[in-house]
Amino acid sequence: MTVSTAQPVVRLRDVHRRYPGRPPVRALDGVSLTVAAGELVAIVGPSGSGKSTLLNILGTLDRADAGEVRIDGQDVGSLSDRQLSALRAHRIGFVFQQFFLSPGVTALDNVADGLLYTGMSPRERRRRAARTLARVGLADRTHHRPNELSGGQRQRVAVARALVGRPSFLLADEPTGALDSASGAAVLKLLHELHDGGTTVIVITHDHGVAAELPRQVHILDGRIESDEYSLERS
Amino acid sequence: MSAPRSRLRPRDTVRVAFSGLRARPLRAVLSALGIAVGIAAMVAVVGISASSREQVHQQLRSLGTNLLTVAPGQSFVGEASLPPESVDMVARLDDVGAVSAVGVVPDTAVYRTDEIDPNQTNAIAVSAARTDLLDTVGATVASGRWLDDALGAFPVVVLGADAADLLGVARTDGDVQVWLGGEWFTVAGVLDPVPLAPELDSSALIGWPVAASLLDFDGSPTTIYQRVDEAAIDDVRALLPSTVDPATPEEVAVSRPSDALAAQAATDETLTTLLLALGGVALLVGGIGVANTMVIAVLERRSEVGLRRALGATRAHIRRQFLGESVLLAALGGVGGAVLGGAATAAFATSRDWPFALPVWVLAGAAGATMVVGALAGAYPAARAARMPPTAALSTV
Ligand SMILES: Nc1ncnc2c1ncn2[C@@H]1O[C@H](COP(=O)(O)OP(=O)(O)O)[C@@H](O)[C@H]1O
Ligand SMILES: [Mg+2]
Repeated sequence: MTVSTAQPVVRLRDVHRRYPGRPPVRALDGVSLTVAAGELVAIVGPSGSGKSTLLNILGTLDRADAGEVRIDGQDVGSLSDRQLSALRAHRIGFVFQQFFLSPGVTALDNVADGLLYTGMSPRERRRRAARTLARVGLADRTHHRPNELSGGQRQRVAVARALVGRPSFLLADEPTGALDSASGAAVLKLLHELHDGGTTVIVITHDHGVAAELPRQVHILDGRIESDEYSLERS
Repeated sequence: MSAPRSRLRPRDTVRVAFSGLRARPLRAVLSALGIAVGIAAMVAVVGISASSREQVHQQLRSLGTNLLTVAPGQSFVGEASLPPESVDMVARLDDVGAVSAVGVVPDTAVYRTDEIDPNQTNAIAVSAARTDLLDTVGATVASGRWLDDALGAFPVVVLGADAADLLGVARTDGDVQVWLGGEWFTVAGVLDPVPLAPELDSSALIGWPVAASLLDFDGSPTTIYQRVDEAAIDDVRALLPSTVDPATPEEVAVSRPSDALAAQAATDETLTTLLLALGGVALLVGGIGVANTMVIAVLERRSEVGLRRALGATRAHIRRQFLGESVLLAALGGVGGAVLGGAATAAFATSRDWPFALPVWVLAGAAGATMVVGALAGAYPAARAARMPPTAALSTV
């Protein structure tokens, strides 16, 4: 076990999330999880195990019913909706399975939109977007629109958009789920490169193959963490 | 560490709102059309009535508003007239410029030929006219010539515009004669319509001397026209009755024809109001169309809302985005409608030879109305978008 002395990026303590119904669904049933800065973590589990619920809570898109959620040391439970929005604007980078790129908008502007809600000037947003696109290997696709890009390239644009604000961590929801295996592998390789560069990445996946490639796997089942394993770093 | 805030620049708010419209241009144009129709109707209604008023004002400016007419009161039974010397009395008043007069020749009618039954009357009055009449009332000759001192002694007639139509006289080359008071009179000219003295339009005007010599005219004027110094017009107006008829001044009627013209221009107010109300209804329907479009847009774009919340948008940012989109949509219709209404006004004014007038307040009003309609139409959909939980917004796809 690695023990990080730095303040953890994510710290969940005994988090519960129940959806009302008959009977109510215990989507998260006492989850405790700590992710240190610089980690590359897979949260893996079968469908219905609570991964999306956990993603929403990690991303501050949803609130826990009970337990403590700290992002960058801040107690999320005590923050207002506006403060949570600010946290997402500055500290969290989302990558979605369906990319969610704006159609008809160039890769550059899609990436620049990652800074839209920081109040930065359009010039600066674009400048940083161009740099980040280069970082994900798409310097030559700056002015392409999503429909002119392959699925893998689209997901890399989405990763660049998540990355452009220099967030504390990247939250990727099934980032390879909509991709063929080659494109998926390229996206995973990119995440590894970002990890090597010091970026904290949390990948949510149902795919054990994807999880196995990452240095840490948190297995979730029926809203509980079943195991938390570290594998040997890839060479 | 002081927490950085989530912030969307005002210009980015507009840009984001605009991008929503640009994504579906046809839908935007169609739903803006309703607003455009309403605004176009309102702008055109106001523009056309303003152009018509401007036309009257221009006419008044060129005709002058300083003409007064004096006539014997209507209380008499039969033909009333003023004393023959009254024209000179008026001319002697201070602040009075040009003076002229006509005198209706009693019991005298004019016909196209001598074969028409004299019991069959028409609306044409036969009047003796002073030769300075045209200049005083601002009348112009449409064809032929006006009476002068030489012609005035002969059986020669100049017809008002309506009188010429009624008699069917089109030629003024001296070959056409009309049967007037039992004599043949040669038609020397036809006048244009006279806005400040419309009674002349249905008159047959003959010389003062020939009226006396051939038709037993006693030389009593029935209407005196005078131009008066604008500044002294009220004073002169008060003085005129006792000047022209010292015996019974209370029976003298003094009027200012330009007032009647100006009043006429104001009478279409009720119609304008009605048409404006119709335009308002069209605007309301257009607003409902915009609201409908926005409700659909919000439903369709749940995942976009979710993405924006994930990128750090606050509820207020989302609300402003959709509110802005709605206002822009309405503004699109407003601008289109203003252009359309302006074009309709210009076309209508041109077809009538009117000046083009479109008051600025109409455009400002149209802009204001559009903003209000857009904001009202967008308020509910925007609030709905802002209230959507980010998770629900993202999980629908
Ligand atoms: N909005 C919701 N309302 C009710 N039940 C829900 C809702 N979202 C998820 N669930 C339930 O919670 C459990 C966990 O769901 P989820 O977090 O989506 O799992 P996963 O992403 O691993 O498939 C499932 O049983 C699911 O049916
Ligand atoms: Mg899921």
